[in-house]
Amino acid sequence: MSTENALTNKRIKNNNNSMLRKTFFFLLPSLVILLIFFIGPILMTFLFAFTNMSLTGAAAQNIEFVGFRNFVNMFQDPSFKSSFITTMVFLILSGIIGQQILGFLLAVLMQNKNKSFRKFVGGTVMAGWVTPEIIVAFTFVSFLHDGGTLNQFIGWFGFEPVSWLFTFPMVSVVVANIWKGSALSMLMFQSALDNIPDSVNEAAKIDGANRFQRMMRITIPMIKNTIFTNLVIITLGTLGVFTLIYTMTGGGPAKATSTLPIFMYEQAFVNYQLGYGTAISLVILVIGIVISLLYIKLLKTED
Amino acid sequence: MRNNKTEQIIPYAILSIIAILFIVPLLWVVFASFDGNATQVIKIPEKFTLDNYVSVITSSTNQRAFMIGLLLSGGQTILVVILSLLAAYPLSRFPLKNKQKFMLTILFMTSLPITAIMVPVYQLFLFLNLQDSLFGTLLFLTASQLPFGIWITKNFIDGVPTDLEEAAWIDGASLLVGLRKVVAPLMIPGIFTVSIFVFIGSWGNFFVPYILLQSPGKLPASVTIYQFFGQYGYAAYGQLAAYSILYMMPTFILYYFAQNHMSKGFTMGGAAKG
Repeated sequence: MSTENALTNKRIKNNNNSMLRKTFFFLLPSLVILLIFFIGPILMTFLFAFTNMSLTGAAAQNIEFVGFRNFVNMFQDPSFKSSFITTMVFLILSGIIGQQILGFLLAVLMQNKNKSFRKFVGGTVMAGWVTPEIIVAFTFVSFLHDGGTLNQFIGWFGFEPVSWLFTFPMVSVVVANIWKGSALSMLMFQSALDNIPDSVNEAAKIDGANRFQRMMRITIPMIKNTIFTNLVIITLGTLGVFTLIYTMTGGGPAKATSTLPIFMYEQAFVNYQLGYGTAISLVILVIGIVISLLYIKLLKTED
Repeated sequence: MRNNKTEQIIPYAILSIIAILFIVPLLWVVFASFDGNATQVIKIPEKFTLDNYVSVITSSTNQRAFMIGLLLSGGQTILVVILSLLAAYPLSRFPLKNKQKFMLTILFMTSLPITAIMVPVYQLFLFLNLQDSLFGTLLFLTASQLPFGIWITKNFIDGVPTDLEEAAWIDGASLLVGLRKVVAPLMIPGIFTVSIFVFIGSWGNFFVPYILLQSPGKLPASVTIYQFFGQYGYAAYGQLAAYSILYMMPTFILYYFAQNHMSKGFTMGGAAKG
């Protein structure tokens, strides 16, 4: 009786597997679109970064391979160096420190709070995330303007108005980016914290662990997968921020906020040096790939 | 006891301050949009008016930009949802050999900065003669969000028990019918999640249409609002605010209706293990 059952089960399983084999074709449309419009441009980045491609002039007609010339030019270009440093500062301050820590703080503080209060606070943070980047830019340009709300506010305490966007351009775009992006970290940490069973924390409490010990020894190790995933997403997302900075400061003043995407845009679409622009994109892409692979590796070895 | 009470109040205080900091910049937009004499400073309108909205809405250029935006974002959302459902299904059900590697690649593509490939994408569009084409832009936007769609959709399909579709097959249903009539209805929350995220991302996307489209008549709202800001931004704060509110509306409404379905989409962490 039982062998018969096992046989039937096996037959059903084989049947189902041959049925599912056909589902392979379901992958095709996605694969084709991804190959042409996603993988294709990535491969082109690696190829065109070594050409003198241009939108105007003689190089627009005849594309030539120029070896590492774009890269030699790039590493000798002081604008590239400053742009690289600007990118790292923006990434670390707004993404890795700002969004990640604020998101985590929000998630921890909101645990076990009054439900409508949670909803209200969460809603205000989500509003930043839902607001399109370009509106975030306008809003902060007005907020930080010489005659804007922030200067009015500090005026109440007797401070002189500050031209925030000119005096502290990096701080301005960092704050705007934290305002825009912290919700994602908050949601990810909230869902990770909700998955920690209460019993774990209760047991630690009985054993006499204080709040800080419970955080360091239990909470953080238990949500480390979320921390890594969050880091990957934030790092790569922040690396690609263009609209917010472009519309807030245009990369200025005096290139103070000219991150690599802005620099790339200027070289490729303002100076029409597509080859050089692509070489800069390759740098962004390679930084992204390295960081992403590093985190994915960490994520796998930590298990 | 006193100590305990302070300890309870502090988180509420910190959270309230954060909430205020988050809401003040947006309140300016709301107030200014109803203000006949809006400035950069947040203030309750002395002279409440709808004129700002009327002048933005009645402009045919703005109407056109909104329609194009809806077309691009709506089309992209539908394409991503359908393609993701199809692709995620075998990834969830069929014991593919290199599934884990494939899913890690998808995760990797999910977070790859699209900005980094815009220069070669522009070259590709020149090459394929697709520059200034709405359809080409739609296809690229779809590709850019497809990895995300596949990733989230796979997580949701994993949560749907296989017994139901197997029962449907025994009753003679085909794979596609099983997917459409059995699996898809059970993952409405997942479809909502993907749709909302894709639509919000697309509606707010400025860089892609800014690079790929040139004709003024083809630009979606995200680009025209930038031009509006450049031309009138420093003169007509009220109109800019009203334009911003109208432009933000679709994403806020969608988010409001979908928020209950969304939290499930964020359990991304462990799923990387395939």
